[in-house]
Parts: sequence; structure tokens; C-alpha cells
Amino acid sequence: MKAICFVKSVPDTETRVKLAGDRLDKSEIKYILNPYDEFAVEEAVRKKEAGIVDEIVVVSMGPARAQEAIRSALAMGADRGVHIEDDSLDGSDAYATAKVLVEALKKEGGLDTFQLLMFGQRAIDGDTWTVPSMVAEMLGIPSVCNIVKLDIDGNKAVAVRMVEGGEEVFEVELPAVFAGRKGLNEPRYPSLPNIMKAKRKPINKYTLADLGIDAGTVGKAGSFTEVLKYELPPARQAGRKVEGEPEEVVEELIKFLKEEAKVL
Amino acid sequence: MVFVIAEQRDRELRKPAKEALSLGRKMADELGCSMEAVIIGEGIGSLADEIASYGADKVYVVDNPFLKYYHPMAYARVIGDLVKEKQPKVVLMGGTQTGRDLLPRVAARVGAGIAPDCTGYRIDGDNIVAIRPAISGKVIVEIGFKSPIKMISIRPNAFPIAEPDTSKKAEVENIPFEPTDAEKKMVMKEFNIKSTGRPELTEAEIIVSGGRGMKGPENFAMLEELADLLGAAVGASRAAVDAGWRPQSDQVGQTGKTVSPKLYIAVGISGAIQHLAGMSSSKYIVAINKDPDAPIFNVADFGIVGDLFKVVPVLIERIKKEKGQA
Ligand SMILES: Cc1cc2nc3c(=O)[nH]c(=O)nc-3n(C[C@H](O)[C@H](O)[C@H](O)COP(=O)(O)OP(=O)(O)OC[C@H]3O[C@@H](n4cnc5c(N)ncnc54)[C@H](O)[C@@H]3O)c2cc1C
Ligand SMILES: Nc1ncnc2c1ncn2[C@@H]1O[C@H](COP(=O)(O)O)[C@@H](O)[C@H]1O
Repeated sequence: MKAICFVKSVPDTETRVKLAGDRLDKSEIKYILNPYDEFAVEEAVRKKEAGIVDEIVVVSMGPARAQEAIRSALAMGADRGVHIEDDSLDGSDAYATAKVLVEALKKEGGLDTFQLLMFGQRAIDGDTWTVPSMVAEMLGIPSVCNIVKLDIDGNKAVAVRMVEGGEEVFEVELPAVFAGRKGLNEPRYPSLPNIMKAKRKPINKYTLADLGIDAGTVGKAGSFTEVLKYELPPARQAGRKVEGEPEEVVEELIKFLKEEAKVL
Repeated sequence: MVFVIAEQRDRELRKPAKEALSLGRKMADELGCSMEAVIIGEGIGSLADEIASYGADKVYVVDNPFLKYYHPMAYARVIGDLVKEKQPKVVLMGGTQTGRDLLPRVAARVGAGIAPDCTGYRIDGDNIVAIRPAISGKVIVEIGFKSPIKMISIRPNAFPIAEPDTSKKAEVENIPFEPTDAEKKMVMKEFNIKSTGRPELTEAEIIVSGGRGMKGPENFAMLEELADLLGAAVGASRAAVDAGWRPQSDQVGQTGKTVSPKLYIAVGISGAIQHLAGMSSSKYIVAINKDPDAPIFNVADFGIVGDLFKVVPVLIERIKKEKGQA
């Protein structure tokens, strides 16, 4: 069977956010492959190594830098890439993004070709956790998100999903959507030879016209939501810092817990 | 109309569902409209009264053995179809694991905008603007909607629960349900919820969290004792989880859980940016760390520079005294 992994280029986890007015200042941001997507790619590669999957396609929608995210996934062991880039995509919300990803999937052969649709649980830029479930609903297929385990047997999969206080174990018929999180596996660091090899792996490039999507139905114009403004969260002030004998500092802490936090 | 998806587990309303219902009533009053709610599961009809006590004018009950546990496809179809028919202005749900999975499916089915994990909102004429953290809490964004139906999930602990009024009654309508063939391609085999006897991390009012400074798994007993005295949950940094001292589900931060308790006590945690990403929206932060330059002190409202192995036992004894247990 074939796997398709959806990946995104996102700001590095160390990024300190700066604003230009009420917009994001992107000038100094360093971008990486979304860490959650590494779990998705790693899982697909392991399924390939186990002889379950025979081809892995990596798809990313985004500006030129999305290519680097695709290359990172190719270096981990995916076979080829699909890059969707179009100026009209700027400002796409989750719904518009899911719509475009579904069209890209169809262009590559759809659900007749791909049985495993792998996602990260969340992209750490918008933190919306919405695209995987939306894509599954648009395709009318099962989805198991936030997973820490995925076993495949024939056209069935058993996936373990983490929820508050424990886990839910689902059995689904493929094709299905899975979204990975920490605990699913330990993503590999690509070796230098594999990084070099990845440079020669093919990446198909699509514009909206290639996918038969009307520009007015995606991007800023076609989205149901838009970011009206960005603000920095109220800066936390360093509060009081005390040092001394345990009995003394604990006494002050008790006072804080009673009088300020009011939890005692 | 404001429409609330009220989530239950084991036939009890979950805390985030009560938060969503309370907020739903408030929004409905502000918008001058009614609030209706849906409850879905098996043997859950009796929850309609409790939902009414939070101010729902009408409750839709979908009661079927197939729906006993969360089923992404079936839940989304039933709720999506209700939403399409009733055309509410706002659909609200607690941002639990279920909420963050289900609401996007409903939004995709209905064709509506979604703002997940919101911590605030404002009413702008007849429209609603949702306020939520993004980029791991490093920015706060305002989300405007262009769709007539607005889907909002709310971060657990971000909105208060109103005092229920049991004299309030709601009209109840039962919604029939039959699974489709596509839905039968997905079944929940097991539902393993292990109760620790402590509150769930994302819903807890107080969290006591330990990091690499705890030195080993056995020392977490001390934090558990402190947590139990405070009615708190126990959390951990990634370093403590990766060392195998604590389960994955305890991890707070960028690759773990995002929490917003009233009080977060960080013990032996340095305060790396990825850890702060998960807890910096806590109302009060207390840090205990022996390194006076640990970055956690930059965000702590109250910091103790000292050896946790000396401070925590004294703190436990002192709180016991406070609670009359010593
Ligand atoms: C992509 C990515 C994602 C990540 N996601 C997360 C995440 O979700 N959550 C997370 O927590 N981290 C995450 N991290 C890791 C993060 O960068 C830090 O490595 C981690 O948070 C450190 O954990 P710590 O504070 O427990 O350990 P350390 O940084 O080692 O800090 C231990 C602290 O304990 C103090 N200490 C030691 N002994 C004592 C004592 N006896 N008494 C008092 N204090 C003592 C020390 O002074 C020190 O400050 C992520 C990193 C990356 C790159
Ligand atoms: N522009 C995109 N291109 C490809 N995949 C994406 C894109 N946006 C989101 N995804 C996928 O959807 C997951 C969840 O993203 P989000 O819903 O934005 O939090 C990510 O981890 C990716 O797997």
C-alpha cells in the first residue's frame, strides 16, 4: 500500500516572536519541518521498512520554504514530494487548507492509490489541530488523531489515541487518516548520505490551476476565518524571589498562597 | 441561537462541558438569543436536566449504543446535520481531546469557520471575534469569522462555570440515529481510562510539576503528596518524561499538554521556552529551583531559590498544619 504524509514548514520551537504593528514580523524567523509531522513521516518510513508500505509521498502546501520541509521528510526516507505553491493561497485558513490538500491527494490518485494518510497532530504555528479531522471528513473516511501507536494488518489498522486520563483504541478499515504525536515513535536524524540522496528525489509542483481550484475559494478571499490582529501576550513580570532557610522561605510561600493565589 | 455540544464521559457531564454551557448562556444573553445544546452517548437522556440547569432552552438527546463512546464520523454527522438544520450563530464546545477532534469535522461538514482552543472573545455588533493563543502561546490572535456559523472550542479552565439553577427546565427532543456503512468501518475496541484519583492535568485548578531536578522517579512521591494535599494534578517536564520517570501523559509543554491552571508549581524545572509554551498562561506560577538564574524565575510570581529536597518536605508539613492534618 501507499502512504501520503502531509507536512508543514513552521517557525523553529526556539523562535521568539516579534510583531510589526499588529502583524507578525517574519523577517528573523527560522523555519523547520513541523516536529509533529516528523512522527507522521517516521511512522510511514517504519511501515515501509516493515514491508507494509511501498511508496511514501510527502505533500506540503506553502511558500518556497515548504520545499525544505519536504526535503527534510525525503531525507528521513520518503520517496517523493508534492509542493503546492500559489500566491493566491496566502491567508488560507484550516478549511481552505484542507480543501487544497484533498485536491492534491486526488491529483495524485486519491484514495484508490493511498491507504495511509499521515498527519501531525498539530502544526506548531497556528496550533489549531484541525486539518487532519477536516480532511477525513471531506473524504468521508475514518480518522484517529493524537495517536501513540499504529498497527496495520491487511486493510485494517488498530490505532491508540491519547485522551485525558488514558487512551482510546480504535480499529478502522483503510483508507484512513492518522495524526501522530510524541510517543508514536522516535523520529530519526537523517544521515548525511540520505540528506544528499533526498536532493535528487523528485518534487512535483502544483499551482491552484493545476489542481483545478478557483483562487477565490481559497486564500484570504475564500477562507471562513481570518486573523484580524496579532498581539503579544501580557508579559509576565518576574515576581518575588526569596532565598534563605527552608522554614523561612516556606512561610513566605504560604503567605503568598493564602493572600495572593488564594488557594489555601 | 448559541448551540453547545455538551460532552459526557461515563454518563457524567465533563467539566469543560459545564464551562461551555456556562459561556453559551452568557453569549446567548449578550447576543439576545436562545441557547440550545446537544448531548450524545448511550443512556445519557437524564443529563438533559443538568444541561437545563446551566440555562439551555432546548436539549437534543442522541442516545444509541453505537454512540456510547466517541466516534468521530458518527458524532460529526449527527451534530453536523443538526447544525445545518438549526443554523446557530455560534457552536461552542470544550476544547478537550474530543472537542478538538470533533469540532473540525463538524466545521468541515457544515462549511464553517472554526477558532479552536479559545481563551477569550468579544462581541462586535452582531459578530463574534474569537481570541486565542497561537505559536505555542507566544502570540495572542484575534480571529474574525466570515461564515454565518462560527465554531469555537474553548480551552479548559479558561472560562468559569456558572452556578447551576435546578429550577430551570428545557424542552427535550430525541434525535433518532442509525449508523451508516461508512461509520461501521470504525469501532472503538477499548476505552482505557486509568483514574489516578487526581484531577486531569488540563482541567486541574492546581498543578505540581517536576523536572530533571527531581533526580529520579522515586522522588515524585513527594510531589504526589504535595499535590494530594492541594487537590492538584501532577505534571512533568519533557526531561522527566524522556528519562522515563513519568508517563507521557504528564508532560507539559510544546510537545505535551497546554495547561491553564490557577496555580502552577514548578519544582526542579529550568523553564525552557518549550516548557513555558505549555504553562505560561497559568494564573500564578511558583518556582522552586536551586539555580537563581533559572529562566523559570522570569515568569514566576513567587520563586524560592533553594534545594527542592529541603524545601518541599517543609512545605508539605506546613500545609498539613494549615489543613489541620499535622
Ligand atoms: C521540539 C522540542 C519540543 C520540546 N517540547 C517540550 C515540552 O513539551 N515540554 C518540556 O518540558 N520541554 C520540552 N522540550 C525540552 C526543553 O527544551 C527542555 O530541555 C526541558 O524542558 C528541560 O526540562 P527540565 O527543566 O526538567 O530540565 P533542566 O533544564 O535540566 O532543568 C532542571 C532544573 O532543576 C534544577 N535543580 C536541579 N537540582 C535541584 C535541586 N536539588 N533543587 C532545586 N532545583 C534543582 C536545576 O537548577 C535546573 O534549573 C522540547 C524541546 C524541543 C527541541
Ligand atoms: N499547509 C499544509 N501543508 C501540508 N500539511 C499541512 C498543512 N497545514 C497543516 N498540515 C497538516 O495538518 C497537521 C495539523 O495542522 P493544524 O491543523 O494546522 O494544526 C499538520 O501537522 C500537517 O500534517
